[in-house]
Amino acid sequence: MNLLDSTPANNSLLNSAMGSERTQYPYVTGTSVIGIKYKDGILMVADMGGSYGSTLRYKSVERLKSIGKHSLLGASGEISDFQEILRYLDELILYDNMWDDGNSLGPKEVHSYLTRVMYNRRNKFNPLWNSLVLGGVKNGQKYLGMVSMIGVHFEDNHVATGFGNHLARPILRDEWNENLSYEDGVKLLEKCMRVLLYRDRSAVNKLQVWFFSLYVSLGLSSGYFASPSQSSSSKWTHE
Amino acid sequence: MFRNQYDTDVTTWSPAGRLFQVEYAMEAVKQGSAAIGLRSKTHVVLASVNKANSELSSHQKKIFKVDDHIGVAISGLTADGRVISRYLRSECINHSFTYESPLPVGRLVVQLADKAQFPLEILNVGHKSFGVGVFLIVEADGRFLLDQVCTQRSWKRPYGVGLLVAGLDESGAHLYYNCPSGNYFEYQAFAIGSRSQAAKTYLERKFETFMGSSREDLIRDALFAIKETLQGEKLTSSICTVAVVGVGEPFNIINQKTIQELIESFETKEEEVVEAADQGAAMQEDRSPEGAPMDI
Repeated sequence: MNLLDSTPANNSLLNSAMGSERTQYPYVTGTSVIGIKYKDGILMVADMGGSYGSTLRYKSVERLKSIGKHSLLGASGEISDFQEILRYLDELILYDNMWDDGNSLGPKEVHSYLTRVMYNRRNKFNPLWNSLVLGGVKNGQKYLGMVSMIGVHFEDNHVATGFGNHLARPILRDEWNENLSYEDGVKLLEKCMRVLLYRDRSAVNKLQVWFFSLYVSLGLSSGYFASPSQSSSSKWTHE
Repeated sequence: MFRNQYDTDVTTWSPAGRLFQVEYAMEAVKQGSAAIGLRSKTHVVLASVNKANSELSSHQKKIFKVDDHIGVAISGLTADGRVISRYLRSECINHSFTYESPLPVGRLVVQLADKAQFPLEILNVGHKSFGVGVFLIVEADGRFLLDQVCTQRSWKRPYGVGLLVAGLDESGAHLYYNCPSGNYFEYQAFAIGSRSQAAKTYLERKFETFMGSSREDLIRDALFAIKETLQGEKLTSSICTVAVVGVGEPFNIINQKTIQELIESFETKEEEVVEAADQGAAMQEDRSPEGAPMDI
């Protein structure tokens, strides 16, 4: 069993026997993820950078992934922990599909599951060092939520992680409304990402934009498209 | 069914390919007092006949709420039924906790049926039997697993109770029957227990209308079906329990007073109808008690 409240003297012995159970330090990290609800569903954006400390080392990291038929997951923080989370979710979705009945796990269920995982890991002093944004549409209902690495979770109309909370959310608070069209939503998100590119040292100018919509022209009741990664332009002259 | 040399163990096959212990377990279901269920597109109604040991005692509880959206009615060894209800409630609540959403009935029923294949371990101490509970174990990565803890000096037997599981999920209202053999079936309407054949006959006549029935009509049909199993005994609210679950209505047992009022309103309506027409229309219910088929 896990003996978390061991005294420091015994720590080294336990650590070597059972793997480290102390708070980790993140190594390769992703920066902000921003998600908003728009008229037809969910829009999420994240850049494709993986920083190794202060170096912008990896420039093609996909930090947004689709989960099952109904959800999108975006993560900031330690990339390897994100990959671990994707493995958990893979298994979850696999078992869900194996039931082969009319039911499927929607974004709310995935969000709840992730909250449990994050909170339990935090309780064992072995957190998954991520802030997660979970969005999706099921049965016409839009869902957007966030889970932090300590298990704090909530739902909202627009969420962001990391620097996005400080730089993007004020913009969203002013300019978000319920009936944003897809184009307007993307424009709004690009505006936020431009500010982040200017001011966040770990931001890169290659973006991943995913939308999860109620209506897709292929006749599915819901679907998602990843637009090819775009580079945002930057303007350094005075307005 | 007669005693034979292949029926001592649940693990012994007969030459004809039968597991007699399982079949005997299903007999136990037939001996219990009746329970019926029927469903429409949006509601499911469960009803049971209350059996009391004597006039002095209260009747056994046969209908259990498992979650806001699921309830069960049992027939057979009610002790087993209680243990199973506890398991069902446990499964539902664990799912709700992890996923913050209700467990789909179809999945609960499959889990219960699978459990019958690995039957409940019953600890026998002296002359009493105790069912074994289910414990929650947290895995290292934070996921929850369910494990059944077995106790020493136990042997297995099939559980001796049939369950009518009524519930709502994404795909609508459902009624399932779980039997001790580990099989489960979905039904539009069904009856189990003693004299259930009479109720089944009534339900067979009317089941095609159930999908479109209103809540009140469903309850009325449930009460009439219960009446059929009573073989002439007077139907009062003290002799039956009715529960309903539906869209926008969590599973609840309807209180006695409301049932009594419903029964009385049906009876006055019936008398008027019988006076009004000699031959009933095809949808009218059959009132001749001597027409009820024989007991199981």
